[in-house]
Amino acid sequence: MGNGTELGRVRGLGSAKSGVHHWWMQRVTAVANVALLLWFVISLVRLPGLDHASVLLWLRQPVAAVPMLLLIASVFWHLRLGFQVFIEDYVHDEGAKLLALLALNFYALAGAAAGVFAVLKIALGA
Amino acid sequence: MAEFSLPANSVISSKGKRYPAPAGAKNVRAFKIYRWNPDDGANPRYDTYELDLDQTGPMVLDALIKIKGEIDPTLTFRRSCREGICGSCSMNIDGTNTLACTQAIGDIKGEVQITPLPHMEVIKDLVPDFKHFYAQYASIKPWLQTVTPAPANEERLQSVEDRAKLDGMYECILCACCSTSCPSYWWNSDKFLGPAVLLAAYRWLADSRDEMTGERLDALEDPFRLYRCHTIMNCSNVCPKGLNPAHAIAEIKKMMVERAV
Repeated sequence: MGNGTELGRVRGLGSAKSGVHHWWMQRVTAVANVALLLWFVISLVRLPGLDHASVLLWLRQPVAAVPMLLLIASVFWHLRLGFQVFIEDYVHDEGAKLLALLALNFYALAGAAAGVFAVLKIALGA
Repeated sequence: MAEFSLPANSVISSKGKRYPAPAGAKNVRAFKIYRWNPDDGANPRYDTYELDLDQTGPMVLDALIKIKGEIDPTLTFRRSCREGICGSCSMNIDGTNTLACTQAIGDIKGEVQITPLPHMEVIKDLVPDFKHFYAQYASIKPWLQTVTPAPANEERLQSVEDRAKLDGMYECILCACCSTSCPSYWWNSDKFLGPAVLLAAYRWLADSRDEMTGERLDALEDPFRLYRCHTIMNCSNVCPKGLNPAHAIAEIKKMMVERAV
């Protein structure tokens, strides 16, 4: 890498030729979040009661469970994309950055998996 | 991790000097100016110069020139055209990056605080190091690139409408007020190109005569070079020429999506 000159340092390793997908998916998931969260709040408000039994009954229906799964996926995806930017902005030590990104990806995946499992358990459980 | 401690020599010492206004001055204004000399080993300080505004020109640059000429010849700053076209006297005045030559003293209330452009290496006093900024500008190849050979005996023609697309971009004077007002540029200027250079990049992306649009976009498509811009908009807020780098960056992002989605 030509890091002996200022221009060499700026040119560095070249462009990563990526970034547009990340940017686009952040917007797609943002729009999905708005739509799905709106659906979620309106659905809860329209329930006859917010006690455990009536929410369970609601979530057992496919028309509630499927959007719920989508909401979990979209929220955790969006969270992962957003926090990745945050880490890249502020964490400059390469080792710490790698660890933080690893932790973020594991957290987002594990969180989403736990949410999906919970919904499936309610929807498909006896 | 993120850096929270200041580098050595960045703490401002309280040992600044005060140069009182001449006796009998009625319209006195204090100018509190950042001073740092690489040769004396001391930390930076603020020196305060009191000027009689009745004996001073209207702009901040007039005050700086008066201080250097009549009070303290060691005060160091860049200036050239004194009419907002060369971009030399960009500095932080009263908390905002701007050109000293187009900033009226009368528009500032109270003491006028002047520091170098934020987050640049300081060479001396109000003079920052532009090496990296200029290299970033060079890296986007700010010149016309074509595949078609140049016409034999005429210019490469452009319609009036196509020429108008360059308005609001060709006027950039590379003073770096925008880039050095951008927090993303502060934290990641090693890789993020910053608003001034991205505005220049879009100037060539928008040029009807340029045929290297794809290659230019390839070079920009990078999580850091382009996508560190989080539309904070300080750039468009401070531009002393009234340009809109944030809009140019948004247009680049639109072109990126257009060719990918």
